[in-house]
Amino acid sequence: MRAMLCVLSAATLVLASCATEEQKPAGQAPVEGKPGAPQPVQTQPVKPVETPKAGATSPFAALKDPKSILSKRSVYFDFDKFEVKAEYRPLVEAHAKFLRDNPSAKMLIQGNADERGSREYNVGLGQRRSDAVKKMLTLLGAREDQIEAVSLGEEKPACSEHSEECWAKNRRDDMLYSGEY
Amino acid sequence: MIRLLALLFFCIPAAHAQLSIEITGAGAQRIPIAIVPFAGENTLPPGISNIVRADLERSGLFRGLELPPLVPPPTETTSINYAEWRSRLADALLVGSVQQRPDGRFEVRFRLHDVVKQAPLGGVAYTLNKDQARATAHRISDFVYEKLTGEKGVFSTRIAYVVKRGNRYELQIADYDGANAETALASFEPIISPVWSPDGKRLAYVSFENKKPVVYIHSLADGRRHVVANFKGSNSAPAWAPDGNRLAVVLSREGGSQLFMINADGSGVRRLASSTAIDTEPRFSPDGQSIYFTSDRGGTPQIYRMPANGGEPQRVTFEGSYNVSPRISPDGKTLAYITRNDGKFQVALLDLSTRQVQILTDSDRDESPSFSPNGRMILLATVIGERGVLSAVSADGRVKQRLSTAAGDVREPAWGPFIE
Repeated sequence: MRAMLCVLSAATLVLASCATEEQKPAGQAPVEGKPGAPQPVQTQPVKPVETPKAGATSPFAALKDPKSILSKRSVYFDFDKFEVKAEYRPLVEAHAKFLRDNPSAKMLIQGNADERGSREYNVGLGQRRSDAVKKMLTLLGAREDQIEAVSLGEEKPACSEHSEECWAKNRRDDMLYSGEY
Repeated sequence: MIRLLALLFFCIPAAHAQLSIEITGAGAQRIPIAIVPFAGENTLPPGISNIVRADLERSGLFRGLELPPLVPPPTETTSINYAEWRSRLADALLVGSVQQRPDGRFEVRFRLHDVVKQAPLGGVAYTLNKDQARATAHRISDFVYEKLTGEKGVFSTRIAYVVKRGNRYELQIADYDGANAETALASFEPIISPVWSPDGKRLAYVSFENKKPVVYIHSLADGRRHVVANFKGSNSAPAWAPDGNRLAVVLSREGGSQLFMINADGSGVRRLASSTAIDTEPRFSPDGQSIYFTSDRGGTPQIYRMPANGGEPQRVTFEGSYNVSPRISPDGKTLAYITRNDGKFQVALLDLSTRQVQILTDSDRDESPSFSPNGRMILLATVIGERGVLSAVSADGRVKQRLSTAAGDVREPAWGPFIE
């Protein structure tokens, strides 16, 4: 216990000296431990602090932070395929961890299909895709009751041209959290 | 009269765009019929005889003869010189009159004659309000059609379909010819798969207004709607059982897309079949004994049939790698569906006894076939010039028609039942 305290205080000293050395204008005395010393207020060293972004106190802020992988929500599929491709595994893993860490979080997965063929069969294809991501999330520890997997079939295309490039964008799952749909 | 009143059960504000019909093919043998302008019909716009003629010609089974001006025009009370009409090459003759009554209502009377047999085939007198002219004309068309072909006409039936304009979706109901379109439901989210209840008073459909597919039943007369299936996951592809009390639906609540039965009030859900495939698009056979549905259990989507109470499904379609959207004919003898044929999605008709398949259309993005209640025509959605339109083809493939609106994508047609 005593050894630990020593380590801690040593670390504090190191940190303190670093800070003062970096930010204190040359020739100025350190402030700590000298309450009686006459020091003008304006010469007080200023330690820069990066303010958190608004709302960042909530873990849910990461969902909207473009720098966080959690802000990415779409998983794309190959034609007539329903496996989550390896490139999307880190994304699904990040969301599984988020769901694990935030048991109150709820997710809606909307599966989509391209426009070719029957609308109802395409509802089935979209469901197969949303079920695939849901299954992966639950295998990674998210609770089943946190996730609803549904299908929008071909009804809500992200891209409306009749080309393979466009269809590829429409074979997609979108992961949405409560309040986002 | 009771029949006419029954037609007026819609109390929803009238919609803007009307469908118009263009006939792009005709039957080989059409009955030549002389339809004389009804005496006094100009007092009852839009008239009677023109609507009857358009109805009969649209069926592909009749050809309206061009007539010289007849002074005075023969009416239902005129004694007919059959030889004279035979010399005009008419097989049949329709005459009638319109009279306004002192109370402001109208009387429409007609008589149909068989010119070849030189005999009257009967007639009817209707009393109607001014706004019932079209409905009355359709009733007369039904009479003529049934007398001369031996099968019931569909001129008084209605159709449902979905129009998409921008991001707005409207479920519309119109006369079979696209007239009198009314909006039953408007939404900013998609509406798909409307199906008529057997009594023609309600529609079941899938709405995405809750950001997921949910099955509703919508009563057309009063606009009341209720949720039939909104379980966790997707709820789609409703199909009425012939008794009108139950529906087959597709639910994903237990994973995958699987067939369930449910009561029309949303109670009594029970699983109908179990597979690891997509099972969807159920339809009851007219006798209620079987359910036809789409399944990709064999690797590609194909049509299967199973007993309506559940049981072992049998595969029905074998040709091609994509056969979907089964619709059984009203007599239960043929099956219309969408087949992918050389990259084109077209309407196919399978004779269930001979196993013969006929491709009925030459378009390439056909969807959602729907039989007329007499089985004679099939309504479908297709795409022409990047725009969704409705089209109709006769079950023998000979008569083709196109229905289109001035604006918007039209899709998901469903032909309603006979209205008694």
